[in-house]
Amino acid sequence: MKSPAFAYARPASLGEVFTLLKTHGDGAKLLAGGQSLLATLNLRLSAPDILIDITALPGLSGISVGKDTVRIGALTTHREIEHSGDIAKYLPLLAQAVPHVAHVAIRNVGTFGGSIAMADPAAEYPAVCVALDAQFVIAGAKGERRVAAREFFKGMYETALQPGEVLVAGEFKIAATGYRAAFLELARRHGDYAIVGLAAQADCSGGKYSDVSLAFLGAGGEPVLARTTAAALEGKAFGPDTIALAQNTLAKDLDPPADLYSSSATKLHLARVITGRALAALAAAAT
Amino acid sequence: MSHDIETTITLNGKPVTRRVAPRTHLIDFLRDEMGLTGSHVGCEHGVCGACTIRLDGKIVRGCLTLAVQANGRSVDTIEGLSDSGELAAIQKAFHERNALQCGFCTPGMLMAAQDLLLHKPDASREEIREHISGNYCRCTGYQAIVDAIEIVLKQNKAKVTG
Repeated sequence: MKSPAFAYARPASLGEVFTLLKTHGDGAKLLAGGQSLLATLNLRLSAPDILIDITALPGLSGISVGKDTVRIGALTTHREIEHSGDIAKYLPLLAQAVPHVAHVAIRNVGTFGGSIAMADPAAEYPAVCVALDAQFVIAGAKGERRVAAREFFKGMYETALQPGEVLVAGEFKIAATGYRAAFLELARRHGDYAIVGLAAQADCSGGKYSDVSLAFLGAGGEPVLARTTAAALEGKAFGPDTIALAQNTLAKDLDPPADLYSSSATKLHLARVITGRALAALAAAAT
Repeated sequence: MSHDIETTITLNGKPVTRRVAPRTHLIDFLRDEMGLTGSHVGCEHGVCGACTIRLDGKIVRGCLTLAVQANGRSVDTIEGLSDSGELAAIQKAFHERNALQCGFCTPGMLMAAQDLLLHKPDASREEIREHISGNYCRCTGYQAIVDAIEIVLKQNKAKVTG
């Protein structure tokens, strides 16, 4: 199908974006890579009056490494993240996740900020950001504010972004030595949306897990942080008993909604399977 | 409200300027306005890969790109790459390995294959499969396509080392 008609603007400054957002209100949608937005327009799931193409805005693209943090501009493409030596070095969880995002032709165009603002419950980046306790930088006409990823995702396609605001970057703390990361997902075909996936990070020094973060995708309306399971893993030594403990605890954190192909019970089972694999991968990476 | 926008694109090396409606997909602009019907329109929501083209040297979905987004940028299609001879080796390998039946996916598949040949000269069969995973073929079962790409990768390597 073709999208319904809309107007198009490509402003050169954030100030112009805020003015356009104010003028058009709910009728406006921001266009970055457009790899989800244009598909929803073609399917006529959405019919905005105007698309505001933000790709000409200066300073919203690229990856910069500070003393303790990595900042990823909203317009940074998946492909740039995939090929970044800094991401591989400082944010290995994100580096492991990015090949799972769609396909090359889509990763060439789709953006970090677009994926976060879209907040698809089966998308990879939101879960990674929740696992890593990232912060999002949000700009509005009155200035900038920061929202923790763990507060940002409010439900299916719902976020803490207010009308008139633009997501401009994500900021990640660089993990200390000893931390390991594992990203796993199960999909029907490569590049398809995951049935269920897991972004995991833990301090794996000394042969045991501590400060564990387990964020699941495809397991709810937003990324689900398995807090009870993470607490149960605190200080536990690597090994099959610890993996079994985590798998047996998981139902306290997850009650995944069924989708077209998988029942809730199937999804919970698959979540246990990838939890086992992720914990084994974390241990293997540490030894 | 949604007036046409003047758009200039370097298309297969030559500048073209047209007024286009914002909602026009780049793939429809290429096919309907410019008569370049080599790139196909399949699913129109980014899944099948039949509309794969190059934008500023990178492969993209023609159905998930607006023509107005290509303003000031370069676009290369199967026609341009075919005429320049860039695809000659992979086209020959597709022919020899019978890597197409109905041919609907082939232009997009060749664009994706050439992208791999340029950027991953050491790709394994698994990496070939990963790279073309966004291009659906409903006829061949992919085996012959992977064979054809692998043959050209080997030829290219032999050229470098030989």
